[in-house]
Amino acid sequence: MRRAKLIVIAGSAGSLQVILGIISAIGRDLPLAMLIVLHRNVDFESSLEELLSSRTRAPVREVEEKDPVVAGTIYIAPADYHLLIEADQTFSLDYSEKVNFSRPSIDVTFRSAADVYGKKLVCVLLSGGNSDGVEGMLYVKEKGGVVVAQDPETAEVPYMPQHAIIRMTIDFIVPAEEMPAFIKGLAYLPPA
Amino acid sequence: MTAAIRYEEMEILLNDLFTRYGYDFTEYSKASLLRRIQRLFSLDKFPSFAEFRHRLQHDPQYFRRFVEEVTVNVTEMLRDPSFYRTLRTTILPVLATYPFIRIWHAGCATGEEVYSMAILLKEAGLLHKSLLYGTDINPLVIEKARRGIFPVSQMQKYSENYIQSGGIKDFSSYYTANYHLAKFDSSLTGKMIFSTHNLVSDFSFNEFQLILCRNVLIYFERSLQAKVFKIFDYSLENFGYLALGTKESLRFSPIADGYKQIGKEKIWRKVHETG
Repeated sequence: MRRAKLIVIAGSAGSLQVILGIISAIGRDLPLAMLIVLHRNVDFESSLEELLSSRTRAPVREVEEKDPVVAGTIYIAPADYHLLIEADQTFSLDYSEKVNFSRPSIDVTFRSAADVYGKKLVCVLLSGGNSDGVEGMLYVKEKGGVVVAQDPETAEVPYMPQHAIIRMTIDFIVPAEEMPAFIKGLAYLPPA
Repeated sequence: MTAAIRYEEMEILLNDLFTRYGYDFTEYSKASLLRRIQRLFSLDKFPSFAEFRHRLQHDPQYFRRFVEEVTVNVTEMLRDPSFYRTLRTTILPVLATYPFIRIWHAGCATGEEVYSMAILLKEAGLLHKSLLYGTDINPLVIEKARRGIFPVSQMQKYSENYIQSGGIKDFSSYYTANYHLAKFDSSLTGKMIFSTHNLVSDFSFNEFQLILCRNVLIYFERSLQAKVFKIFDYSLENFGYLALGTKESLRFSPIADGYKQIGKEKIWRKVHETG
């Protein structure tokens, strides 16, 4: 396996602690781009950016429309927008109807990232209470990307990763406590 | 599951629509547009791209549906309360000094933001000398905006936004509820003018002290954004204000030099003379 160009880490209820663990393992020299898509309340505001920034020396940025996807940066999908990626590797925001009762919808981002990055994409689905992300993951697989799920046994809310595991062959099923080391390993693989 | 319409097919379609109907979507952001078109394609259960294309070319009614469904019409009242709070505290006191206030909501969809603004103006004692223009590419949503009738189910959310924006009245005093619908007061609608307007092909139609275009430019590519910014620049009086969505920016636009951002909100003030 070779290094991807983008890792998308997505989750809903119960995933924040796992995300914080992953972020803490990432240093200033991250050789690819990382994107966090987390279902959250709009009133949460942008404090997620501050929270993540406090755990890593890599730059953390809540996406603004047309931001280029740059290696080394950890991006956060803003609350209450769908996040897509354009063919020229810039971010695109969309305030259309919720998908799977969610905005941002993980399915929307996974699909769009798969169209652009294909085999150079890793998608990670963490703890959560609905099935948003599962359809998107099927599409990522179809496009040759790598799919990772949190081991539902170790998830605060197992429904989301469980559902993914039922629907497809997941490349890696990783327990919560091993997730930081695992993602770090993927991120620092030799380049493709 | 597999994407039904490919990127190249979308390009063909967009060229068709421009030639046939004069609507130009070729400078819209492609990832979002493709998703919207795919959604319509599967919603209406077309067996193939060829049939979809044929229908669009030969059925103007269906093309109307295309415009209605592919453009995004989601909006809410007083979305981002802190933005409206800044309007109340910083912008309206300046507008109050004008004898007559003209405001343009570009891409207003079903009009919720126009009603929000009318409420703010009324509370600042300025509505009587204001005119609010709401425009959108989609005639169907403009019709809805004119009626000023919104689902009652949204009112609790809007009421919370209202309070967070600094409102101190009872939000329900602005509408009459009837079963599941809320009709907004005619004292608000009386100061509104709604009309279709296509930012891609239409020009400036008046001069304003405040233009709001929030979460519209996210659907446009940079080249089209640049054209739209020029229309706004041309349509703003000197020292007028331009308000964008929370994740949008004037920074990389060709008009950026003539504008100064107001605080942390996405509001810019025109500080140069229209050249």
